[in-house]
Amino acid sequence: MIGFPILSLITFLPVLGMFLILFMKKEQPKSIKYLTLGITALQVILAVILLANYNYASGGIYEEKSFQFIEKFRWINISGISWIGNVKVDYFLGIDGLSMPMVLLTALISFIAAISSWTIEKSVKGYFALFLLLDAGMMGVFVSLDFFLFYIFWELMLLPMYFLIGIWGGPRKEYAAIKFFIYTLFGSVFILLVMIGLYFSATELMANGSRVHTFSLLALMNPANYSADGILSALNPNNLRLIAYIALFAGFAIKIPMFPFHTWLPDAHVEAPTPISVILAGVLLKMGTYGILRVSYPIFPDITRQLMWYIALFGMINIVYGALVALAQKDFKKLIAYSSISHMGYVLLGMASLTTIGLNGAIFQMFNHGTITAMLFLIVGVVYDRAHTRGLNDFGGLASQMPIYTGFVTVAFFAAIGLPSMSGFVSEVLVFIGAFGVSAIRVLTIISTLGILLGAGYMLWTLQRIFFGPLNEKWATLKDLDKREYAMFIPLTIIIIFLGVYPSGMLDIMNSSVNSLVNFVTNAL
Amino acid sequence: MSESLLINISIVILFLPLLGFTTVVFFGKRIPKLYLFEVAILGIALLLSIIVAYAKLSFYNTKDIVAAFTWITMGNAPSPGAINIELGFKIDNITVLMLFVVNLISFLVHVFSIEYMRGDKLYTRYFAYLGIFTFSMLGIVLTHNLLMMYIFWELVGLSSYLLIGFWFEKKSASDAAKKAFIVNRIGDIGMFVGILILFTQYKTFTFDVIYQQIAAGNIPFGSNAWLTAAGILIFMGAVGKSAQFPLHVWLPDAMEGPTPVSALIHAATMVAAGVYLVVRIFVMLTADAMLVIAVVGAFTSLVAATIALTQNDIKKVLAYSTVSQLGYMVMALGVGAYAFAFFHLVTHAFFKACLFLGSGSVIHSMHHEQDIRNMGGLKRKMPVTYYTFLISTLAISGIPLFSGFLSKDGILAGTLAFGKLTGHWFIPFIGFTVAGLTAFYMFRLVILTFHGEPRDQHKFDHAHESPFVMAAPLVVLAALSIFIWYTPNPIGAADGWVIKNWIKTPAQVVPNETRFDFMKPSTEEAKAEIHGEVTHSVEYTETMHWAHYPAMFLSLAVAGLGILFAFMFYQWEKLNADKLAEKIKPLYNFSLNKWFLDELYDMTAIAGTLSFSSILAWFDNKVVDGIVNGSATVIRFVSRMSGWFDTFVVDGFVNFTAFFSGFVGLSFRRLQTGKVQTYIVFVIFAIIILLMFFKPF
Amino acid sequence: MLHVGLTHFLIVSAILFSLGIYGIVTRKNAVMVLMGIELVLNSANINFIAFSKYGNFGLGGQVIALFVIVLAAAEAAIALAIVLNIYKTFSNVNVDEIDHLKE
Repeated sequence: MIGFPILSLITFLPVLGMFLILFMKKEQPKSIKYLTLGITALQVILAVILLANYNYASGGIYEEKSFQFIEKFRWINISGISWIGNVKVDYFLGIDGLSMPMVLLTALISFIAAISSWTIEKSVKGYFALFLLLDAGMMGVFVSLDFFLFYIFWELMLLPMYFLIGIWGGPRKEYAAIKFFIYTLFGSVFILLVMIGLYFSATELMANGSRVHTFSLLALMNPANYSADGILSALNPNNLRLIAYIALFAGFAIKIPMFPFHTWLPDAHVEAPTPISVILAGVLLKMGTYGILRVSYPIFPDITRQLMWYIALFGMINIVYGALVALAQKDFKKLIAYSSISHMGYVLLGMASLTTIGLNGAIFQMFNHGTITAMLFLIVGVVYDRAHTRGLNDFGGLASQMPIYTGFVTVAFFAAIGLPSMSGFVSEVLVFIGAFGVSAIRVLTIISTLGILLGAGYMLWTLQRIFFGPLNEKWATLKDLDKREYAMFIPLTIIIIFLGVYPSGMLDIMNSSVNSLVNFVTNAL
Repeated sequence: MSESLLINISIVILFLPLLGFTTVVFFGKRIPKLYLFEVAILGIALLLSIIVAYAKLSFYNTKDIVAAFTWITMGNAPSPGAINIELGFKIDNITVLMLFVVNLISFLVHVFSIEYMRGDKLYTRYFAYLGIFTFSMLGIVLTHNLLMMYIFWELVGLSSYLLIGFWFEKKSASDAAKKAFIVNRIGDIGMFVGILILFTQYKTFTFDVIYQQIAAGNIPFGSNAWLTAAGILIFMGAVGKSAQFPLHVWLPDAMEGPTPVSALIHAATMVAAGVYLVVRIFVMLTADAMLVIAVVGAFTSLVAATIALTQNDIKKVLAYSTVSQLGYMVMALGVGAYAFAFFHLVTHAFFKACLFLGSGSVIHSMHHEQDIRNMGGLKRKMPVTYYTFLISTLAISGIPLFSGFLSKDGILAGTLAFGKLTGHWFIPFIGFTVAGLTAFYMFRLVILTFHGEPRDQHKFDHAHESPFVMAAPLVVLAALSIFIWYTPNPIGAADGWVIKNWIKTPAQVVPNETRFDFMKPSTEEAKAEIHGEVTHSVEYTETMHWAHYPAMFLSLAVAGLGILFAFMFYQWEKLNADKLAEKIKPLYNFSLNKWFLDELYDMTAIAGTLSFSSILAWFDNKVVDGIVNGSATVIRFVSRMSGWFDTFVVDGFVNFTAFFSGFVGLSFRRLQTGKVQTYIVFVIFAIIILLMFFKPF
Repeated sequence: MLHVGLTHFLIVSAILFSLGIYGIVTRKNAVMVLMGIELVLNSANINFIAFSKYGNFGLGGQVIALFVIVLAAAEAAIALAIVLNIYKTFSNVNVDEIDHLKE
């Protein structure tokens, strides 16, 4: 174990950076940028330290003692307010195999996005301050184990996102920002309701033998902590667990985004500046599926098993529908946005299988989608920075003008198609193996394989329309990648190929936790 | 040579081309000469593969050598049970033969390309792509499990995509590349689902383990139908990659790639991967699956042969001929002629590579002219190309003394036996028809290209024999199209070492009731089958024997007839092809336009998908998002209404209260004059009123 | 012969009082208002003295009348001082215009 509170450090380091930036002079955009880069780089280093000290055999999920790097102390403690009783909120951080990949992903994507933010010219100070706040919010979601804290971080990341899209975005930025904000907030309301319902249904045994209501996710997972008259208690014959589950699921599904809650995504992506798209696709979408795995699954295992088929159905719809809609897009970024919806469908499908292999695939897909889609958005950013258009039909023949760029594009596109030797392939295969093994969702899985075909269709068509054919003379002045852009693409490419060839590097991290999650969900009452 | 050394050398062979690829990709720009490194690497790989093949076939002839390692492990998974995903290599006789074939042709194509591609803008890149292709193809050959097969299967798809689209500035090239990849993906989905079925049941991808399980009576989901389905679905992968009907449409378009690439990938090796796959899964095919495979193969060979009759592009003719021959191999596997199918794969690889490289030589000297109507008389100018081309044509037409005769004859005998044993006579019928058609269109090609008088004098004048590096591969390949490498007996392949010693038909593992009658072992043979030596019943062996000579004579007769007609039409011009075409115009157009399959697919599948996707995009934009925006509008309307209510009713009441008090205040304000005198008057009056009211007196 | 009695005093006093009130209420000049106040005070004095003479209150009434005279003098002094100040501030002593109390 490490002698200092590393999780708090990795979470609040960006907040510190934000304050530093607020005290810096507006006239020094360069030093603000370097500071942000430094903070995110430090975060990556901390994440690597975490990984180096990580115990692969520890399961996590429902047992406090098998979580790692735990930090826990009483944060809010009010005793005896009339009928509410004692209010107790813990500052409770810890990670297991479910969150470790997400922490790595967040650190990595923030770092890449910081490099990508170099082109920001408009009110640099505000941008980077918000950027770091966003970073802190995302990290916080993945490390907190108390529902209350989780919710705070969940909401915390909304605000900077709203401004980052709304101020530094494209022509319809206000519309997109408001849509994003309201849609997500709409989902948060459900989460909040369920959170409060859970709070009043369960109690936690304190050291002094008394029982107090709790927000601790781990306590909420234990059926023994529920009182018989709680509205969300399985012991209560008139409980509302099904409704609560659906509400909670809807709250998380908006973030994924799951059909039919997905329409904020294309708008947000199209309007957001490139680095924000990268973060949005790379990390934010994962918060939805992470929330389902961390909160919904272990707290409502009974309902999860009951609704498995529907989750798979929505996964299938996401895959096929997203791919088909992507096929019809004319805007490069919108196409990537829809492909992102399609790829998140694999996560849902793998989750619905409730098998180790399927869930491993789902979480691995979360990570891979993070890296691959981040790269795709960076690619769009590169061409948009130079040509100031994203119309798929406006280009042609860029391959001869920008050969190195085209090389990276080919890697990213084929990774998105799920070509073997790239990470996306492994996760998709694992998802399919897992889902196919469950007879209830076998037919849905077979239909989902269409996604592989359609994915190849829209990706290769895009590749052809933008890069192949004779060079459009209009673009004869476009420059190939510069050093900064190399710095964004090379790490991602290396990770994508490394995990494609040696997937155990990531799968071993999550395996124990996934096992205990599967065990817990399939065996719990 | 020990077993482990053998397998280690094979792994080195596998990774050598990858080394070439990475080196050339990263440093090719700075060191353009690096393409020679890539060629040299292939030379080393070829040498090593000859050593491996020699060692394997001489010392470990009946032994399979396997090396595997765990790639992904979830050993402690509670559900659906422990999972270890293995990757690994298996070397049996088929593997080493394929290793040799792939490396040889790849090496020759590398050498040929040195001259053919000279001056190309992306010259070094081309060699890098050839390297990644060779790597992927060797991976398919060496694997011992389905997953790795699928992995390298996709990787050859990638290299094929890159090489077909090599001249990406041509729209047709990038179209063809895209089409090839996507059409292949359709087949791959089937293959993938088939693999999933097997994995779900057996928790492994390894061929041998799966087969042991099936042999032990462990059937997917306890139903023979699933076993048949798994076989057919995996075969779908072969339908895509080996260009079988109805997914064959990508292969002719793939001729947009450089001609040496067509020789390597789209004639000799990659497209044969499908056949190789079926060879690998042969033992788990049920009778139903085999019948499907036989019918698909037969129909493909017929369709392609009829199309090849009328094509005018030299590469297109060869492409359809490839499709047709691949159909032959697939059909052979379907009828149980396992050994001859693989044998044909090998012989076909050599003579078809020779034909393609020969056509490349012609195209090169004719300055990228590909239309045979503009050729003719090249025999005089390009003797080496002509004679090697002719030898290969004789081979493909099934003329004795050449390799094609040996393998083709075996296949035809197999179909004949199959027809006799099962009553499916249409399969041998198609087989022989296609043999005649093949002879006809191949000689049509030879005559129009090389014989007669030049039809385009200008281009003819510039034509020249190709340089040594291009001619040498032709000679090597043509030499390999002669019988002597395979058997001492020019009309009896069964006497040769390839069939007798090297390729052994493995024992079927599917349950007895799902096999063809002739694939069931009799009781004495059942014992032998455990050792994997006998797979067919006595009846089958006898029928094969019976079929040998009829098949030979019949195939010779139809081939001779085909060649005769070709000469009648094009050499001696006793018959007029154009007139005939005019007479049967609809049929002619049907063939010329490739059965209108591309148009059909464009109109149905492609247009259907695209319009469906546009409809969905509209739906997404207008309906799903419309609901979102609509609810926003509704909420805004409601809020405006409540805003109005708030302003005018709730706030109105408040304001009214204030207004009223103000009004009252204003009215009383009049009294407050600020003048003491007024106040005094009020006081006096008040006192008077009070006095009057209370009347104290 | 007409006998002068309490009633006559009271009538005179009442007339004086009314005149004084009239002066207070109607006069615009502050000085005149002060004079009205003097009249009212004096009418009260007449009443005190009359009741002292005809009633059985002893001399208390007359003493109080003396007090009132003193007080009236003091009051007049202060009031005139105020009027002077008002004059300084507003340049007139018209009570109608000095209505700042209203504000």
